[in-house]
This record gives sequence, C-alpha cells and structure tokens, in this order.
Amino acid sequence: MSTAAYFIGLGAASAAALLGAVLPARRRLLAAAVLSAAACLAALVGAGDVLVSGHAFSVHTAQVLPLTGVDLSLDPLGALFVAATAVVGLAVSCYSVGYGVHATPSRIATATLPAFLATLLLVPAAASVATFMVAWELMALTSLLALLTDHRRRRETRDAAQWYAAMTHIGAAAILLGLVLLAAHAGGQSFAAIAAHRRQLSLPLTSVVFVLTLFGFASKAGAVPLHVWLPRAHPEAPSPVSALMSGAMVNLGVYGILRVGEDLLGGGEMWWWLVVAALGVVSAVFGALHAAASTDTKRLLAYSTVDNVGLVLIGVGAAGALAAGGQQALAGLVLLAALFHLVNHALFKGCLFLGAGALQHAAGTRDLDRLGGLARKMPATAIFFGAGALSISALPGLNGFASEWLLFEGLLQGFASRSAVTVAALLAGVATLAITGGLTATAFVKALGVGFLGQPRSEGAGAAREVGPSMLIGMGFLAGGCVVLGIVPGVVLPVIDRATTAGLVAGASRAIRPGLGLALASVHSEIDPGLLVGGLLVALVVAWGAVRLAPRSAELRSPRRAAAWGCGRDLQTARMEITATSFAEPLQRVFADVLRPDHDLEVTHTAESRYFPEAITFHQRVDDAVERVVYRPVMAAVAWWGHLARRVPNGSVHRYLAFGFATLVLVLVVLA
Amino acid sequence: MIGTLATLVATSPGLLARVGASALQVVAVCVGGPLLLGLMGKIRSRAEGRVGPPITQGLLDLRKLVRKEAIRAEHTSAVAALAPLVLVSSAALCAAITPLVTARPVIAGGADVFAVVYLLLMGSVALALGGLDAGTAFGGMGSSRAMTVGAISEPALLVAVLALAIQAHTSNLPGIVNASLSHPEWLASPQRLLALAALVVVVIAETGRIPVDNPSTHLELTMIHEAMILEYAGPDLALVTVGEAMRLGLLLGLVANLFFPWGIDASGGGLAMLVGLVALGAKTAAIAASVALVEVSTAKLRLFRVPELLAGGFVLAAVAVTTGLVAR
Amino acid sequence: MQLRHVDAGSCNGCEIEIAQAFAPVCDAGRFGARLVASPRHADGLLVTGVVTKNMAVPLQMTFEATPRPRVVVACGDCAVNGGLFAGAYGVAGSVHDVVPVDVEIPGCPPEPSEITEALRRLTGR
Repeated sequence: MSTAAYFIGLGAASAAALLGAVLPARRRLLAAAVLSAAACLAALVGAGDVLVSGHAFSVHTAQVLPLTGVDLSLDPLGALFVAATAVVGLAVSCYSVGYGVHATPSRIATATLPAFLATLLLVPAAASVATFMVAWELMALTSLLALLTDHRRRRETRDAAQWYAAMTHIGAAAILLGLVLLAAHAGGQSFAAIAAHRRQLSLPLTSVVFVLTLFGFASKAGAVPLHVWLPRAHPEAPSPVSALMSGAMVNLGVYGILRVGEDLLGGGEMWWWLVVAALGVVSAVFGALHAAASTDTKRLLAYSTVDNVGLVLIGVGAAGALAAGGQQALAGLVLLAALFHLVNHALFKGCLFLGAGALQHAAGTRDLDRLGGLARKMPATAIFFGAGALSISALPGLNGFASEWLLFEGLLQGFASRSAVTVAALLAGVATLAITGGLTATAFVKALGVGFLGQPRSEGAGAAREVGPSMLIGMGFLAGGCVVLGIVPGVVLPVIDRATTAGLVAGASRAIRPGLGLALASVHSEIDPGLLVGGLLVALVVAWGAVRLAPRSAELRSPRRAAAWGCGRDLQTARMEITATSFAEPLQRVFADVLRPDHDLEVTHTAESRYFPEAITFHQRVDDAVERVVYRPVMAAVAWWGHLARRVPNGSVHRYLAFGFATLVLVLVVLA
Repeated sequence: MIGTLATLVATSPGLLARVGASALQVVAVCVGGPLLLGLMGKIRSRAEGRVGPPITQGLLDLRKLVRKEAIRAEHTSAVAALAPLVLVSSAALCAAITPLVTARPVIAGGADVFAVVYLLLMGSVALALGGLDAGTAFGGMGSSRAMTVGAISEPALLVAVLALAIQAHTSNLPGIVNASLSHPEWLASPQRLLALAALVVVVIAETGRIPVDNPSTHLELTMIHEAMILEYAGPDLALVTVGEAMRLGLLLGLVANLFFPWGIDASGGGLAMLVGLVALGAKTAAIAASVALVEVSTAKLRLFRVPELLAGGFVLAAVAVTTGLVAR
Repeated sequence: MQLRHVDAGSCNGCEIEIAQAFAPVCDAGRFGARLVASPRHADGLLVTGVVTKNMAVPLQMTFEATPRPRVVVACGDCAVNGGLFAGAYGVAGSVHDVVPVDVEIPGCPPEPSEITEALRRLTGR
C-alpha cells in the first residue's frame, strides 16, 4: 500500500505542475493547489505506512534514466523526511490558493511550486547515486525557478537567486564528487551495494567522502559559514516557497548527512561527528544572534532557520559521536531528539513563513519597523503567528519545548560518556541550547510584539485586513500541529524513533517509554507537557477568578478604556513607539563583536548656528560578518583573476593559434 | 494527560496529600514573596536610618489594588489583559512543581530544571509582550531591556543548575535536592560554590534588584522592569506585582533548597511539612536579607555594564559545570 | 497609599519639602505612603504649584489616567489658592479649577511634618 500511495503522491504532484503550466489563468491556481494537496496527502499516507510498519519498499526501473536506471526506496529514515515535507506541503498548497488569488501568478510560477514539492518528496526516496544526484539537481533547479517568481519586480530577487544558485551548485558539485568517489570504490552505485561494501573501504577514502558530502549537505542545510544564501533567498522568494525551503528543503541537508554518514559509511570516525556538532554550535549561536538583530520579518525567520538547523546538527553530531564511542542507546536518544526538533521546526517555521507572507500580503511590507497593531486587524493570523513564535521560543505546552527538553535531556545523559572530547562537545551543545533559548525568545518577542501589538507604524499596516480563509487554514493547520505535538508529544515519538533506528547503523534500543508525555526509558527522567498545561490553566482560572471576585463597587467592575499613559504628553503618535531596530539595539550593542553593525549619523545644522541641528538622520545596517570576512575576499579574488585573464585573449587569431599549439605540445609532453 | 492522571491516582494513595503540599507551596510563595519584598524594604530603610513601611505593606497594597478599577489603554489587544494572568499562573505552576516546602511535589514528572527555566521565560515573554501592547515609548523600551537582560540571565540560570544536575545525575529538581540531602559534603564542592555565585547574579537580574535594576526609580529612562508595567492599574497591577514577588520568592527558595536543602520535607507528614515551611521561610529570609544589604551598599550599574555582570554569571556557571565534569 | 507627584508649575519649594517628608526625620513611608512613577499605579495625585496654562491639560490627563477611587492632594499655597502667583500671566488657576481637590495642605512651603500629617490622614495610620 505504501508504494502505491507514495507513487500516487509523486504522480499527483507532477500532474499539478503540468496542469499549472497548461491550464488557463482562471483555473490553473486552484487545479494545481488541489492536486498538490492530494499529492501531499498520498505521500503522507505512504510515508506514514512505512514509519508505522517499519517496512521499507524499493523499486527499480531501467526505463527512465539511461545507463543506470532509477532506484527508489523508502525506509523509515527517508519516510520521516517525506512525511515532514508532506505536512508542510499540505499547508502550503492550501495557502497558495489565497496567496495567488489577487495577482494570479504566471504559468511558470504556478507550475514550479508543485514541481518543487515533487522533487522534495523524491529526494529522500532516491536509493542510488545517480537517482539521488538527479533528484537533488531537480530540486535545486525547481527551487531556483520558484525563487525567481518575482524577478521582474525586484532586482534583489535576481541577486538572491545568483547567490542561491552559486551556493547550491558548489554544494551539489561537492556531493557529486563525494558520492562518485564512493561508488567507484564500493563496487556499485546503488546505496544498498555501497552499504554492503563499506567494510572494504579505507578510512582516508571514507573521510574524504564524508567531508565532501558534508560540505554539500551543510550548504543546503544552511549551516554557518555556508548559510549566506538563506537570509537572501528566503525574503525574496514568495512565502509558500520560503515555507517549503525552510520547512522542508533545509531538512534534506540533514537527511543527506545522516544518509551518507550513518547509512552508507556506517558511522565512521568520531571526529566526523564532532565537526558536525561544531558546525551546529556555530550555526545556532550565529543564527540566533542575527535573528535577534534583524528587522525584516523573513530575514529574521531565515536566520532563525540557521539557528534551528544548528540545534539539529548539534543533536546529529552528538548522536554520531556517541554512537562512534559505542554508546548506541544514548546516541539513539539524542538523534531522536534532533529529528523530533527537525519535525517541529518544519511545523513552526512553515507556519511562521506563511504568517510572514500574510503580513506582507495584508500590510504591503515585511519590514517590522513599518508594521504594528495587526493583532486587532488580523486576529486569526496573529494567533497562528503567535503560536509559531511561542513554539520556536520553546515555551512549555508547545512543540519547541518538547523537543528542546528531549535534546537537553539527551545531551545531559551523554555526560556519562567516557570520552573527554565528546563530553566537551556535549557541554558546548548544552550551553548553546541555553544561549539560543534566550536569544530566540528576544527575537520572537520582537517579531510578535512589534509586528502585531501597539499601533500601526505605516499607512499600509493601518489599512491591513485579515487574509482569506484558505491562507488561514494553511497557517492554522501548522499552528494546530505545534499545539498538539506540544501537549501530547508522545503520540509521534514512537514513529520518529523508528526513523532513528534506521538512521543509526547499529540500531538503538527504544529511547522513549510509550505514553503521551515524554519519559526516557534509560533513566528516571520524564515530563508531561499535558500535565503542565493543565496546571497552567488551573492556575490561570484561579488567578482570574480571584481578581474577578474581589469586592469592588459596581461602577469599577469592568475595565475602563483610557488613552495610553504618555507621561502627560498630549501628543502621542505611532512615531513615538519603539521600533524593531530600537528593540534590538541593546542586544546588538552587547554582541557588537559578532554582529558588527554599521552606524551612519548625519547631522545637518541650521544656517544660523551650529548649536541647532536642522535634521538628524541615522542609518544602521547589520551585515553578515561571515559574508564580509569569507565571501567578499573570495569574490574579489575571482573578479581580479577574471580581469587578469581578460588580457590574454585580445582577439588576435595568431595568438589563439599559438595557444592551441602550446597546449598541444604541453599535452604531448605530459603524456610522454 | 488523563491517562497520566489516572495512573497517578492509581499508583499513589497519597496523591491528595501531594496535591495539598503543592497547593501549600503555591500559597507560601504567594504570601511569602510580598513578605520577602517587605523584609528587603525594611532592611533597606533601616540601613538608611528610616523606620520604613511595615513588612506586610506589600500584602496590604495588593488587597487595595484588587479592589480598584482596571484601566486598559486604547488600542490594546487581549495580550494586555492576558499577560498579568500568564505571569502569575506560570509562577504559580513553578511554585507547585519546585521542591520548596516538600521534596515530593505533585507533578513529579514536571519538576525539571528545564521546565522551571522555560516556565519563568514564559512569564518574562508575557510581560514583555504586555509592555509592547499599549504602543507607548517607555513600555517598548522596558520590554526591549528586560528581554536583553533575560536573554543573558536565563541561560546562566540553566547552566548553573546544570552543574548541580550533573553532580546528582538527574535534572529532576526533587532528585537534586534529595541527592544533596544524602551528600552533605557536596555543599563545599567547588562546582557548587561557583554555581551558587552564578545563581546569585541571576536572581538579582531576574528579580530586577540593584545593581541590575532599581525597583524604586521614578525616572523612566533608567527603568527596566518598571517601564514595562507603567500601563497596568488596579487588579492587573496587583497580578503583576504578586507575580513578580512570587518569582522572587521562587528563585530565592530554589537557591535555598538547592544549596542548603536541610529542613525540607523529604518524608511526608504534617509535622515534616510544617518544619519544611518554617525552614523555607528562614532560609529565604536570610538570603533576602543579604541581597538587601548588598543592595543598600552598591550603586546601580550603567545599563550597558549589566550584560558584563550577567556574562560573568554565565561564565561562572560554565566553569562550575566544567569543574564538575573534571572532578568526577 | 501611592501618590503620583505632579509639578503643575511649582517654584520647587514644595518639592524640597516633599523630599524631606520622605527622608529619615518624618519618614512618611512608614505610614504606607509612597511616591510612584505612573498615575496608573497611584491612588491619588500630589499636585504642587499653581497650574500654568501649559500644565492644565497634562494635569487633567494625569487625573484621567489614575484608576478610581482616587484623591487629589493640593500641596502648598499655590496649589490651594494660587498663592503668590494668583492671577498672574500664564496661570490657568489653582488646582481645584482643573481637577477636584480632596485634601489641601496650606503653607508656602508647607513643613514636612504638615505634609506627613496630611498623608497620614489619607492612609489612616
């Protein structure tokens, strides 16, 4: 059943892409959306069946690709990623109807979204090097096209697409090199053949393969310093595409690391995983800091993705290191936590990106400095965005808390490890978890408080209206998922545990005791978020009742509405409100060494006296320090080399003939 | 949740007693918090040569505030009304699950370091959102500063308690308290002392005392916490005040029981609980008094010096954890 | 009893005396009186000085911002009846011309003990 459902899903998504490209403008949006939603449902059923039953399926067909044929196989590890993609895809399909309804997107734009979705569903099922690379490239190309949807309107979109294309293709080249190297030495290009021959591979070879593929997959996952495309591409892509990129595509980077490192190479050396964990630590802290300093909603969300991918990589790295050190049970627990966080991240980040799209749709801007007061105008969007924002801040009762608790417990249990290096890595991981917790809360209090509360800071925000029902259903579906997984995390953990078992070669024992809450199997450590939420509600009702029932004269019963207290000023406008920039300012000043903000203060004086300023303008930008330090010099060097090389071909045929002759001689000398 | 409740009822005949103990803890924190604030005020007044308001003044003010009229600013959403309630209920839930009077709280599974820290964060987030809701300049400024301070102090809190958790091999707070009861020699261990120093910094920051924040300032520009709550009146203000006092009581109680666990009710029974209550009062009063004395004799730090103090706390906590790991 | 102090146009003589009322000698704080930062937190206003035209609206707004039940204390001769500045240029009137006054503390400036006395009548201690 799982095979049929999965292929129906793939087929429906492809059909959606086709219909989006050929149908007339009025029909194509709805047709593509309905078919994509059906595709996601079918894929979810297929992946769910694999996860619940634990039985993988595999299909080989020689007809599609020449020479190699296509190998598809869905094991529980891949199925988890398919399922996460399908859930986000379901919400995105629904949302895209309302998102495109005002300005019907072009044929290409309508077709690329389902095509992108189809490739996202395809990658985790690829079971040979050729199939994987084809699926991976298709994903890169369709996502690039989807990103370019608005390129006519905004120049920044083209810039972002260039960055994305460069990063994703450098990454793909590294993956290709690594996998080809592996296939050449393992005596076959199907994943099953490679896994069967991994014992015969030499350690230097596997290390080279791991490092090459890690580079490629980390660039897709958005780990620092390969994250530079995220804060450019996510803001410029249409929101359904950003939601898919952040909620589903970056996951596949993590999938790739697990698939190659654990499944194909069998876990390998401890230092591999310590490198992964180190990438995670750097990404998490850097991402969280930049998220706290960003004022563009989607840029903030993009950096927050870097942060959360970092947390997942910490878990993956710690799990790999523990497994390499022989502690399978602990490794299973930590990997379970990491994958659970990955699923939760797909839910809340999908919800937040869709919410950011709704903001942009309604208020015409995604700049927090120009938003405000939207909670009263768009109450449902505010609730859904709020649920996502509070989940990502790991507040108890929401899913972010559940997975971060599990990660914390897992890392804590790992301190029993004998290896000093592992313990040091775990300590760094726990400290990172703690630091990013506070920073993330700050970033999302800013997004929620400045964006939705207070008074509107621009005319667009003042005129905002609630978005249509299909967009609300899309957001509400993901927000509901955050709440449900937050209160009863135990319902999905056994399923994710199956993926963990498939992910770790040695096969971990069950890490979690069955139940609705979270309870570790190995030690006495448990938490029941449902009970916490229950206690919280009881306390809330008691406190509300105590205040409500206090003896009070009749005319004081209900709260009075009065002008906000402005310290006696009679003029109180939205210009006096705090902005996102000023909200982030203290934190930015504290972490100025990492963030390195650029300030620009211009004071124009009146003609009469220099003591009286006429106008003061203040500009501030927080650029990505990694981009400035690492990428700019490389790009400058490439440009310099290009200029230098341009002098060589000067248009003279004689010179070109001389080059040809010299090359020929050189080749002969080398061969001889 | 219902299943867990059912198993709880089935497995523990003393459930009612434990619910009672948790309720007692909530009431103790609810009443004790304002009293501790009163005590700190009294010590401050005495040190300044004044008699000062009675220790019970905080409770009297609360009684007055709940009877007054509530005012909500125009344009505020439901957040302004909900924030004080969330602050109080998160603090109350913390009080119910933390080992304060008894080391056997009712929701044993929730009494985790991580849960307590993130429940406290929940209160901070609620208050910060409430500060932004009215759209005034000072409310937003207060929220921004409070979140900045919280962003550095909450990690320090988590890591400081982690040092104890590693020593006790559990992150369950009653577990840590019980383990330290049976290992009195731990008290003098270097990681404990370092963690204690870190926790003191955190408590001062979280409760907004000098040198981080001046709770009695009238100058809006120097405010952190007060600026966020300028907009609350009457019952809302009563909730915010009692919520803040509860957080103070809770944090002091936590420090007291984690580092000086003696007297806490570990066995059960009415008398043991009474001893636990008295011991909690005595220990927290002693810590509050020393915090107040430090407060009188120091000046408030410049706002941008505060993160240095907090980062110092975080580093102390991290050193505590490392020491603990090395000393194993 | 929490009070929000409003300087409606005072010469700052009364401010010095109010500060003295809360200083160690009189220590009005021990009777439960306290000056607070926001009228929202207050049970009343402690108004000093004659009400100038510029301060009439802010005084009115501060009064409106105070939750009921609320009292207004006029502190000093200027606040009570205009005192030295009655009828002067730029003066809107005394405090009771703008907001209803409940307690008056005469004196130019009133002694700290007189201020404390008035506050004790309000706190009932």
